This record gives sequence, C-alpha cells and structure tokens, in this order.
Amino acid sequence: MITGLGVMAPTGRTVAAHWSAVLAGRSALTTISQFDASGYPVRVAGTVPGFEPRSHVPGRVVPQTDRWTHLGLAAAAQALDDAALDPATVPEYEMGVTTASSSGGTEFGQREIEALWRDGPSHVGAYQSIAWFYAATTGQISIRHGLRGPCGVLVTEQAGGLDAIGQARRLIRSGLRAVVTGGTDASLCPYGVVAQLSSGRLSTATDPSRAYAPFDAYAAGHVPGEGGGMLIVEEAQAAAERGAAHRYGAVAGYAATFDPPPGSTRPPALGRAIRGALADAGLAPDQVGAVFADAAAVPELDRQEAEAIAEIFGPYGVPVTAPKTMTGRLYAGGASLDLVTALMALREGVVPPTSGVRCPVDELRLDLVRDSPRQVALEHVLVVGRGYGGFNAAVVLSR
Amino acid sequence: MSGRRVVITGVGVVAPGGIGRKAFWDLLSSGRTATRPISLFDAGGFRSRIAAECDFDPLLEGLSFPEARRMDRAAQMAVVAARESVADSGLSPDGLPPERVTVSVGSAVGCTMALEQEYVVLSDGGRRWLVDHTYGVPHLYGYMVPSTIATEVAWTVGAEGPVALISTGCTSGLDAVAHAVEVIREGGADVALAGATDAPISPITVACFDAIKATSANNDEPGTASRPFDLHRDGFVLGEGAAMFVLEEYEHARRRGAEVYAEVAGFANRSNAFHMTGLKPDGREMSAAIDAALRQAGRAPGDVDHINAHGSGTRQNDRHETAAFKRSLGRHAYEVPISSIKSMVGHSLGAIGSIEIAACALALRHQVVPPTANLHHADPECDLDYTPRVAREARLRTVLSVGSGFGGFQSAMVLTGGPS
Repeated sequence: MITGLGVMAPTGRTVAAHWSAVLAGRSALTTISQFDASGYPVRVAGTVPGFEPRSHVPGRVVPQTDRWTHLGLAAAAQALDDAALDPATVPEYEMGVTTASSSGGTEFGQREIEALWRDGPSHVGAYQSIAWFYAATTGQISIRHGLRGPCGVLVTEQAGGLDAIGQARRLIRSGLRAVVTGGTDASLCPYGVVAQLSSGRLSTATDPSRAYAPFDAYAAGHVPGEGGGMLIVEEAQAAAERGAAHRYGAVAGYAATFDPPPGSTRPPALGRAIRGALADAGLAPDQVGAVFADAAAVPELDRQEAEAIAEIFGPYGVPVTAPKTMTGRLYAGGASLDLVTALMALREGVVPPTSGVRCPVDELRLDLVRDSPRQVALEHVLVVGRGYGGFNAAVVLSR
Repeated sequence: MSGRRVVITGVGVVAPGGIGRKAFWDLLSSGRTATRPISLFDAGGFRSRIAAECDFDPLLEGLSFPEARRMDRAAQMAVVAARESVADSGLSPDGLPPERVTVSVGSAVGCTMALEQEYVVLSDGGRRWLVDHTYGVPHLYGYMVPSTIATEVAWTVGAEGPVALISTGCTSGLDAVAHAVEVIREGGADVALAGATDAPISPITVACFDAIKATSANNDEPGTASRPFDLHRDGFVLGEGAAMFVLEEYEHARRRGAEVYAEVAGFANRSNAFHMTGLKPDGREMSAAIDAALRQAGRAPGDVDHINAHGSGTRQNDRHETAAFKRSLGRHAYEVPISSIKSMVGHSLGAIGSIEIAACALALRHQVVPPTANLHHADPECDLDYTPRVAREARLRTVLSVGSGFGGFQSAMVLTGGPS
C-alpha cells in the first residue's frame, strides 16, 4: 500500500502543485537557462524552478551532495511527511530505502573532474567520493531518517522507478514494514546534456510547446528534465493498524523484461512486461482504466509501444496518456513521477492529458488523452517504463 | 514458488594477477599479491600511487574490435567474465528460453573511466565548462548510464528476463547476486547471469580516495601494501576486476546434471544510518545482517566453517567487522578461519563482493581457505584467526561472506556446498 507521496519536478515542488499543473495541461518545459546552451543543438529542458536546496536539505549535507540528491532528499522528506510515518516508531531493521539512479551526481562529478584536470589531484574535494556515486541518494535518505533496513539502488535508466517499486514490494513481502522508494535525476549541466545528446534521442526543437511530442507525426526525440518523485510503500495491514491518513493505492502487479539484442529477429519484449504485470495483478486488460505510457517520442520506439498497447488492449482500447510531456524525461525520476501522477489519477478519477501532440499518428491506433483531462472511473492503471539499452518494466496500481 | 533453491553452476573471473578463475585461484591459494605501482595512468602527484591492476586486453580476451570500442573497461571485464561463467556451466545459450534468463550486474562506479577520458577530450583538459559536443563519441550516453553494462552482459546470452544494474557502492557485488537469487526464487527466471564489475583505477577515483585518505599511501612497498587486520595497515589498495556467475534454480541444474559449486542459501542486508563513510566500532548492523542471512540459510552460528571478510585494511573497518563476527558467532568467532583476499587482489569497490563470492565458491570446491597475505603483526583489537599468509585445508560446508560500504550498507551472504 502506498501511503505517502513526494514530488520535486518541473511542474511543481509539491504533489498538489504538480497535480494541478498536469491536470491543466500546463507544460513546464522552457529554454535552458542554467548555462549558455546556445552552442548546443538542444535548447529546451524541464527544470525545477525555484528549488533552493537549503530550504529542504540540512545545511551540512548541501555541499556534500549533488543536486540530484538534494531533490531526492527533499522529495523523500515530503513523502514521509505526507504518510505521517515516523520511522522511529518502526522496528529498527524493518524500514529501508530503494531508489532508482541513472547517472549519479553528474554536475558534482563534472566540477570535480574539471578541478582535477585543470588544477591537479589535490584539488579534488573530500565529498566527491560520496556525492558522485549512484548510491548517494539512498545512503543519505537512510542516514537522515534513521532507516536501518535493507537499502538498494537500481539502475535501468527510465525504467528504474518501476523496478525500484517492484523491489520495494519484494522487501515488504519479505517482512519489512515500510520502504522509501522512487528516484530523481539532475543532469542538466553541460557535460550531462552533451552526454545525453550522444544518445541521438534528444529533441533539438526550439519551441517548448512542440519540442516533446510522442506518438506525433513530428516526433523527433524527447526533452530532458530534472527532478522526480518519492513514495512510501507500507505493509498494508500495518498501514491500516496505524490509521494511515492516505491510502493512494496498491502495487498490484509488476513485471520486467529485456529486449532481444540488436539484429535479432525476435520481437521487442515490452508487450510481455505489460502482460506479466497484468497477470501478476490477476487482471484482464479491460479492467485497466488508463495507461501511463513511456512515450519516447522516437518514432520506432513509439511504434513498438503503441503496438504493444493496441495488441493487448485492442485498437483505441484504453485511454493512454504521457504527462511527462510537461516535465521532459526525468530518467531515474521519470517513472517514479509517473507513479505519483497515476496514483493521483486513481484517487481523483481523472486522467491527466499529454501536451504538445498536435498530429497524432493514426496508424498507432492509440486513444491518446490530449490537452484536457478526461474523467474516467479508475480502479486500476498501468504505468510503463522503458530504459535506454533494452529495459522494459510495467506496474499495475490499484485503488 | 517458495522452496525454490538457487545454486552456482558457473564461475568467471577477471582479477588482478591473472584472467580466468584458474589463475585467480592459483593466486589466492599461493598467497601471492597482485598489488603494484599504478601503470594505467601517470600517478605522479597523487597521494596513493599503487593499485591491484588486471593485465587485461579485451581483444586478447575475445572481444571484437567494435565491442571493445563501445564498452568501458568495466563492461569489457564483465562480458569476459560472463562468457567464462557460461562456458564453465556447460549451458548452451541456444537451449535456453530467453525470457527465463535474468541478469543482475553490480557496479559501484560504472563507466567512470570512460566518462573521465571523454570529459578530458571534450573540455580540452578541464579548461572548458561548456564542453564541446562536436567531439562527443556516440557511446558517451552509454558511459553516463551504467545500466549499459547490464545490457552488454544480457546480450552475451540474449537474456530477455528481468535485467538490472545494482549500484550500492561497495556491497554491489553481494547485492547484485542476491537480487538475481530473489528473482529466481520468486519464479521470475530459472537461470541468471549475475555478478559485478568495476574498473576504478582512473585519476578521478584515485584522487577522490586520496582526498579522504581511505587508500594506502605505502607507495614504497606496493606488493605488501594491502594489510588487512595488521597493526601496520594504512588503508585499502584500490583494485579492479569482475566476477560473473551462472545461477540456476536447483532442479534446473539437477535435471541437466550440472556440477554445482555452492548453493546461495542465505542473504541479508542492513544499514547503519550513521554516516556515509564512518563506521561505529560495535559492528551492530553488520552483525544483524549476518544473523538474518544465517537464519534464512537455516544454519546456526556454530555451523560457519569459514568467513570471507570485507577486510579492506582501513583502521575502522577491520575492527568494525571483527566486532560484528564476535557479536554474531560468539565463542565460535575465535575458531573460524577468516580471510581477506583484498590483501592480494585489492579492493575493487562494487566488483569485489562478487570476486569474493567466486573465492568462496572455489574454496568450497577445493576445501581450502585462502590466506590473508601481509598479516604479520595483528592489531590487538583484531584478535581472531585471519589465516595469516598461508592457505589452509579445511572441511568447508558453510561459508559466510560479508561486505561493508559507503552509505552505511552492510551485506552478508551464506554459501553452502562441499562434498556431500
């Protein structure tokens, strides 16, 4: 059972602000302003406006950690607060942390490598060893909140948030009372953006309102973003016994698959992940009220995803949405934020829209929720995530 | 699916001192060390100038030129170790349903060697904050997201089950194997390629450990610089390498008559929630992990025949885990032969947990406990039997391996096996 949510995203620094932005179809994509990106063929990104680490993170920890960890600590504290769960009331080894990480402390790392190569080895700071590596956020959350149970970090790029919540459920089943899970990312420094450019999947469009248009005839890559979401997964009975204020939904199904190697004649494995998650939840496709798509905005990947959805749910068989068009792809934070958005949709009975799509590709046969939200009675929703290199994951959330 | 057991049926190792599991075991059982002056880059100007390096040439180890070009050294080592483990297991990848094969690879620092090298090019040696994208190699994004290491391993056998990179710092190598074991136990796969890799001997990583004085600065005696449990230890010696395993559901292995190294019988991890790098001397959370791993394995503390220690050779660590062993095993802690192979192969961060599982699997097969090299004058606070300098024959059925890492993470795994 998910009992707490936290958000640090381009669309808002609280769950309420994020939810009202996505419901209104209000995109947070803007022209990159953190650094002079005029020399790069990517101009648009989703940044978390007005995020002041010192307001969210203990002052001592701020210089010891990267922005990705600042965002993670802020979202985790918010989620614990939302759950009104005091970790001190949980038996000491029965609460853990499992986050998704994608590229670690990118900007921190760039600064330290710069110092090393420009000024010499003795100019590398003492915190590089604990700020750059992929486990920094999990470790800092564990320490800040005194969580002594199992800690983990999954790296599967944009699928990571789903694999992390799958792992959180595993831990609950093995006897834990509660797990902090989710993910964030912050790679909008020059080296981070240039590295992302090399994937060939970034949108080079300059108009923020059209730069990220999945399932669109003009789809030409995604917009990068920063931020993400954190969730508190709690053993259902324990949550009921303590009278948890929020019961947003349950992780009813989860499955992960991997695509065949390049050049293989075997089909992509995304459909098998979706079917696996449905089977795990014990549901038929027609019981799912909405699909939160991965929405790569790379034509071939969009086609694979649309085919999998149409094959399982039927052509135009289920409302499909991608609110990430308003934040950009957040990598380790992306699927976690989608989980938060999907849980709010379940609770409110409304599917938030996809923005930026004006020329949907008819052959994809998707019932894409566009521009304005759609009221739907939702009992179960599906969240899909795909990570660079072949990772597929699907999660079914149920009321 | 409860009741499904998981066994190791293939071992592949890329370690300092020689490529392949045979060279690895020869080094360990002879008590030789593979620590030496750093040759991978010019380490003049660094505080610590020694490391345990692998003499590893990807092309000689069977990678094609395009493969070697697109992969960071950590990925190359993982793929070479993965191929050796598959060959060792006798499994034919063609006979495996791809969707029943899972992959879990641990790595603490991923592709940082390539990330740093490319940065130096794009930034003109650190002089340009606005790095020049026109010089970016097409694989750069693959270096930024270390999940590509798991991708490369998955492609070696065409795995289509769950695939993940596990990155929990220095416990990654234990945690990644445990993750695959969980997936098989719950029925998500029948076969796994699991293990870990790291290639951290690059300027930025050496410099970051310099900055916190975690590594040994005993540059004049590289061959004997890694001294776990010794009074004269002064930090760990950085290493590199990979170990990969074929894990199988027990019945799957039995049906095909596979030779089994060991069963992964128990695992647990705990966190100290205390400090990113510091350890409390009482070893409480590591002890809690050991207790839970033994419980899962259905073994009593007195059943433990050998402990592969984390034994990094930092002042704090060696006392911390000595306390943890006493806390969990009581009097028996004084009777169990313990060893730290980091004395010989260094500390390869996320990889070492898997390299040590390989040592445990081989110890079970050979019924030999590897030694702790360079242990001459034990720290009075480290008063257990650390198998100093010389390997020892012993009756081994239950072996414990532990890891401790930044973030406060503590992991423990119980392996069982030996002649029935």
